[in-house]
Parts: sequence; structure tokens; C-alpha cells
Amino acid sequence: MTTPSPRALAWRRRGAAFAAGWREFAKQRTGLVGLGVLVVIVLLALLAPVLTDQENLDVTKATGGRMESPSWEFLLGTDRAGRSVLLLTLWSARISLTVGLVATLISVAIGTVIGILAAHFGRWVSAGLMRVTDFFLVLPSLVLAIALSSVLERGVGTIILAIGLTSWPAAARLVRAQTLTIEARPYIERSKALGGGHFHVISKHVLPAVAPLVFVNTTLAVGSAIVSESTLSFLGLGDPDPMRPSWGSMLRSAWLDSAMIAGAWWYLLPPGIAIGIVVLAFTMCGRALESVLNPRLREG
Amino acid sequence: MSDILIPTEEALAEVPPPTRGGGTVRYVLTKIGGGLISFALVIVLGFLLFRALPGNVIATMTRGRPATPEMIAQLEDEYGLNDSLWQQFLTYVGNLLHGDLGNSYIFRVPVLQKIEERLWPTVLLVGVATLISVALGLWLGTRSGWRRGSRFDRVSTGVALTLWSTPTFWLGMLLLAGTTGLFPTAGLVYSDTPPDFFSQAVDMAHHLVLPTITLVAVTYAQYQLVMRSSLIEEMGADYLTTARAKGLRDDQVRRKHAVPNALLPTVTLVFLHLGFVIAGAITTETVFSWPGLGLLTYDALRVHDLPLLQGTFVVLAGAVIFMNVIADLLYRVLDPRVRAS
Repeated sequence: MTTPSPRALAWRRRGAAFAAGWREFAKQRTGLVGLGVLVVIVLLALLAPVLTDQENLDVTKATGGRMESPSWEFLLGTDRAGRSVLLLTLWSARISLTVGLVATLISVAIGTVIGILAAHFGRWVSAGLMRVTDFFLVLPSLVLAIALSSVLERGVGTIILAIGLTSWPAAARLVRAQTLTIEARPYIERSKALGGGHFHVISKHVLPAVAPLVFVNTTLAVGSAIVSESTLSFLGLGDPDPMRPSWGSMLRSAWLDSAMIAGAWWYLLPPGIAIGIVVLAFTMCGRALESVLNPRLREG
Repeated sequence: MSDILIPTEEALAEVPPPTRGGGTVRYVLTKIGGGLISFALVIVLGFLLFRALPGNVIATMTRGRPATPEMIAQLEDEYGLNDSLWQQFLTYVGNLLHGDLGNSYIFRVPVLQKIEERLWPTVLLVGVATLISVALGLWLGTRSGWRRGSRFDRVSTGVALTLWSTPTFWLGMLLLAGTTGLFPTAGLVYSDTPPDFFSQAVDMAHHLVLPTITLVAVTYAQYQLVMRSSLIEEMGADYLTTARAKGLRDDQVRRKHAVPNALLPTVTLVFLHLGFVIAGAITTETVFSWPGLGLLTYDALRVHDLPLLQGTFVVLAGAVIFMNVIADLLYRVLDPRVRAS
């Protein structure tokens, strides 16, 4: 039998670590529940075009009356244009989840790059980057996101950018702290002594070591990105196309149509509850992952 | 709480590390200097966002309105858009230093005047809400931290975290729906209220109830969690054992010994989290049509009044930076350990 190459060995170890991590994750009920809820919601969102007809989102083809209360035909009633609220909530999941995921990926990517660079290079690079990070950390990110999305063309892309570009500082601090502890370990010193350059050390040693933490952070951050999306859409910065609703834009219409004064609870509750469930599910998964990484957080 | 970035429990409980060493004068100067640099960055950012981004300023402002070429030319002239970017920046900074934020495109008055009009309702709302949520957070945090793991702890922490991650505006809408007829739904006062001070104050308090509840509900969690974790940290300290050994009752140990020490991080947090409260205020004011800076921001957004939006951006961001410098300075004053070293 030949000795496996270092690369194959590394991948085999990673596979084993991943399997061990999954076993630990599977032991936690809350994490599994969260994951289950997310799988169901993502499936529903993906299958929306198969299960339902997008044509029914067209305000000119709506069949219901104005803000009808729930009935057998419309299980969650209708909105002002006579569209089914259930259908709207289902289709909104697509935009809300997409914005939440992509915006989080952008912000975590920026945060990871800045965090690793600041920790790896130290001195003035670190001082400069951390100064910028602290500045953005202090700045009210909603105000900044409003400013950004008001100048750019209105739409899903702008909202993603506005959230992604304003919510990275927390990730940057976290990754920097983690990188600092990793860079202090002997195997990094050994790698440098053997002639490993900056790129080698960062890509082969630092990045794999911070990756689990980044993953957990991403899971926890998606929820807040979804809430941010709803806030920006509520303020009227979302996609103006009624065929592409999000939970935030649904709540905006409910607000503009005075659903709360009219007592149209079926219009007001579903989008908000949907946001709550998704945020909770991501938090539950994130917490479970966190305790997989950090045994001190485990109970008992 | 809603709005951008929901920090995790640990991040919430994170407290700025006390900077030790160095003279007081040096410390104060460093912090003020840092604040000034941040403010300069805000000014630059305000300019870059609204002038240098690849969006056409005029096209944005006239969106949804008919505009003749003459009108566009006049607007370009009025806002100096024909000058070079560098020239525009110098004019903008020069005007800012004179307290001139330009003219509102819609209201046709100086932006600063508009902001001054709307300042005090926001100060009132944010002030009252902060006072209540600090009091509530400290009380709940003390109780849940002292009896860690108890039923009260689990329930109250759970409730706080749930409210914290609820969209602010949705909570406000639910409150409006749940209390129809009990409270006013918009504005500062009714127009037919007698002009004497007492009636006006009562009416305003009546209008203030729902926005305050909304803002408190989404912000008190941070104070509760920090108070809780900082109390738990103090629990193992030797001086508490001494206090108990002296024969003090549990209640006295808590009130006279543990709480005063645990208070410190929470107090500075009040100032540090102002940016967060302001984000909440924007949506709260929008839902309840409370005529403050948040509603002004929303109005500016709605009618694409970019000069006004730029003004509220600079003022809100500047206020947050100012409060952060205050928090840093306060920490030094309040913590004798930092002062002594």
C-alpha cells in the first residue's frame, strides 16, 4: 500500500472532522428542528413555480375581492388587489431568502478578507483596517444602507449590496480575533520557517482553520440580513415589481393599505410570522453549530 | 430588535475593553481625535454616496416627475453639478463648516432648518424610550442574572431575544392593530387640543405611548443581557463571599455589593448602542408618523430629496459618533480601576 499524498490525507482528515461534526450536530434537537424547518421552507420556495401559478400574482388577473377575510378559496384571505395572501407569502420567501443568503455571503466574504489581512499583516495594515472596521461598526448601518439604496437603481440587487456592504464589520472583528489565535500556533511558525509565503500560510493554514467559525457566523447572520431586507423593503427601497414580492414589501403594502386599522390580521400576520420562523430557524442552526465548534457551550 | 445586524447574545454582551495606562489628558485627546477623524470620514462618505456614486443625481431626484431640459439645467446649476468633483467636494465641505447643509429640493428651505424642526421630537422619543428600556433592562437583567437558570431567567431572556429579532415596524403595526381606538395613530398632538401647556403635554404623552412601547420592546434586550452577564461575572467574586460571611441578607448583598459593580458596562452601553436605537427610531417614527428625524429621513427617501437625505445622514451618523466618544470618556470617569492606573 502506498502512502497517501499530503493533499489526500488533508482531505480525508477534513472529511472525518466533518462527519464527527455532523454527529455532534445531530445530537442536538434544536439544531435539527431548525435545519428541518429551513429545508421545508427552502423546498417550498424552490417549488413555488411548480406548486402554484405565478400568473395569480398579477394584480390585473386577481380573482379575489379587496382585502377579503380567509375562506376556503383563499386560506389566508386576500390583499388590496384581491391576490391570495398565502400565495404572496410563498412567493415572497424566494426573494427574502435570496436577499438574506446572498447579502450575508457578501458581508461575510468582506469581513473574512479584512479580518484575515488585518491579523496576518499586523502593524499599520492592521491599524488601518481596524480603524475602518470600527468606523463602520459604530455607524448606524440602517442609515448607511438607506443612503446607499436611495442613490442606486431600485431593485433586489441594490438591496443585497446595501445590506452586504454595511453589515461586515462584526464578521471582520470575529475573524481577526480567530486568526490572531491561530497565527500564534507553532505550526504556522513552522510553515513560515520552511519558507511558506503569505499566500501559502493564509490559504493553506489560516483559511481552513477559520472556515468553521466563518460558517457558523454566516448561519447566524442570515436571520439579521432577512430582517434588514424587510426593513429596507418596508421603507420602499425594495423591488417595485408586484410580481416579485418579499415579506418586507408585503408588510409595506399592508401598512400603506392601513391593514392594521381595517383589522385585516390575515394580511398583517403571515409575512411577519414567516420572518420570525426563518430567523429563529437560522438562529437555532447557528447555535447548534456553535456548540459543535466550541465544546464549552455544550450542556451537560 | 430589527434593523440591520442582530448581534448574537455573546456579541451583545461584549463590553469595550478598558484601556489602561497613559495619562488622562492623553486618553481624552486620543478619544476626541478619533471621534473627529470618524466625523471627517462621515462627511467624506456623505459626499461620495450622494455625488460620486454611479447614479445620476438629477435623474433620481426628478424620478416620477416631469422635467424639462431647462429645469434640469437649473437644478444642475443650483447644486453645482457642472463643477469638477473636487470643486464640488470643496464647496460641500466649506458650506458644512459654516453649518450650511444645502437646500431641500422638495421643501425649498435650508436642510438645516428642516432638521432643527424635527430634532426635538426624536430626542424626546429616543430619550424617553432609552430611559424606560434601561430601567427595564437593568431590573430584568439583575433578577435573571441573580437567579441564573431559573424559570424567570429562561422566560425573560427568551422573550427579550424574541422581541429583539422582531422587525421594529411590524411590532409597531401589531400594536396599532391591537389597540385600535385607544391611542392616536399618527402625529405629535391633535390639532384641536387647547394650546395651554398642560393639555398639550397630556396629548403629546398620549401620542407618545405606542411609539415608546415599540422602541422599548426592541431595544431593552441589550441592557438586560449585558446586565445579566456582567452580574454573573461578579457572582464569583471574593467580596461577595465576604459580604455574605458578614451576615448580610441575600437581598443586601445583591443591591449594595454586586449590582453597583455590574452596572458599569451597562451604563457605557447606553451610549454605545445609540446607533442601534436610531435605526429603530427611523422605522418607529415612520409607522407612527412621529414627526422626528426618522420620519424626515423616510420623507426625503419617498420624494427622492437627496440633499435632505444627505443632511439627515450626516447629522444622524455624527450624533452616533459623538455619543460614542462620550461613552469612552464616561468609562474613564466611572471605572476607578482605569482612572488609577
